[in-house]
Amino acid sequence: MKKKLLSLMLVAAMALAAVACGSKEETAEAPAAAEEATEEAEAPADKAVLVMATNAEFPPYEYYEGGEIVGIDAEIAAAVAEKLGCELVIEDMAFDSIIAAVTSGKADFGLAGMTVTEDRLQSVNFSDTYAHATQVVIVAEGSDITGVADLDGRKVGVQLGTTGDIYAEDITDVTIERYNKGFEAVQALSQGKIDAVIIDNEPAKVFVAENEGLVLLDEAFTEEDYAMAIAKDNTDLLEKVNTALAELTEDGTLQAIVDKYIAAE
Amino acid sequence: MGFFQNLADRFYLNFIADERWHYVTDGLKATLIITFFALIIGVVLGFLLALIRSTYDRTGKKFLKWESIGDFLLWILNIFAKVYLTIIRGTPVVVQLLIIYFVIFGSVNIEKVVVAVLAFGLNSAAYVAEIFRSGIMSIDIGQTEAGRSLGFNYWQTMWYIILPQAFKNVLPTLGNEFIVLLKETSVSGYIALQDLTKGGDIIRSRTYDAFFPLIAVAIIYLVMVMIFTKLVSMLERRLQQSER
Repeated sequence: MKKKLLSLMLVAAMALAAVACGSKEETAEAPAAAEEATEEAEAPADKAVLVMATNAEFPPYEYYEGGEIVGIDAEIAAAVAEKLGCELVIEDMAFDSIIAAVTSGKADFGLAGMTVTEDRLQSVNFSDTYAHATQVVIVAEGSDITGVADLDGRKVGVQLGTTGDIYAEDITDVTIERYNKGFEAVQALSQGKIDAVIIDNEPAKVFVAENEGLVLLDEAFTEEDYAMAIAKDNTDLLEKVNTALAELTEDGTLQAIVDKYIAAE
Repeated sequence: MGFFQNLADRFYLNFIADERWHYVTDGLKATLIITFFALIIGVVLGFLLALIRSTYDRTGKKFLKWESIGDFLLWILNIFAKVYLTIIRGTPVVVQLLIIYFVIFGSVNIEKVVVAVLAFGLNSAAYVAEIFRSGIMSIDIGQTEAGRSLGFNYWQTMWYIILPQAFKNVLPTLGNEFIVLLKETSVSGYIALQDLTKGGDIIRSRTYDAFFPLIAVAIIYLVMVMIFTKLVSMLERRLQQSER
């Protein structure tokens, strides 16, 4: 009898884990059973998989180190996956493909230093914000561009599909060069091919530190919030992720991860 | 009904809203410009390379026994051509494109279309050279001998007897190479050049819809290739009239 009960609970736990970790069959499960059931779901071989879509060329949020994708987003995802009892798989792809991967179900969520925007909200849901960022302007040392207003009529490099790309279109008479990768835009800037690069502040700091002759403008281009993109029909995962994020914020894990990558100022 | 309404909405979102169709038309223009000029570079340079290679193969194999300065020059040119073919055919065109943009013109602010034309033109030349050479070598040596005994010199024989026949033989393969060239330009986006494919990518990055931008881009390439194939087969038919 006891065995039967245990196996029943295991089945329930597995079904639940499958739901949480992005399987398409939305079986209606009693949420009350969740707490007890997840306790039992310790069989590691049957761990469900949570697929994260990202673009690993965006330090310090995600980048390759020794063949592995590391960074703030990667660690947050790992922490969230642990809370959900899932195994995390990170898929590296072009930034502009991430939302398509999420909406088509190829990935369970997108976590790539992605800003919440109106346009994106039409395609996906976003979790609670886990980081604030600004878009900043990188220019060559000694450039006559000293503020955002000076960008009018200039050649500006961006990474295709990023918020920098989208907001750059609002600059008067601007020529936008859309690179597939952020560092390529920076490379073009240091070779004098373009006048400025608009990119998120944290990667910008890394790029400026690693490339001589480049400086950041003090004036930020825009202010924005990062969040996790989740398919609109997967509200179950959204709730679980938000709960996990709240817990991670409360116990300080989130801050610890951020501090590990970004030196406090 | 809902399905078609949905399709219409997505079509509107992808192409009409914010005048997004401009990305496609501007991209198409860039693709056509790059292809056209790359094709010219490819054919001219490829033709010269083929002449060098086949002339050396047919007449110049007097290794280290040069009878004139011309023989020596031919030997040098042939080595150059061989090295060129090896390097260009041995590396992917995307890598060549990036090298030309970020390394060769590393410190120069150069128009990206020029970079793309150079990269695809130089690349195509290597393949065109081998196509022309195979055409020239396919003409029986007896034709050359006949020309020479009629009093033509080597270049006259080449120009009036060999090349017209060779060109007819290689036309289908040459058309094939041009189709490849046209489609190869779709990697121009790597240097942030806004060609047709990149235009579709930009729309995709704005609307997060994969279907419409990609299918539209695919159809445009397909139509271009079909038109081109038609033109080549018309030319082939014209050239065949002399055969009877």
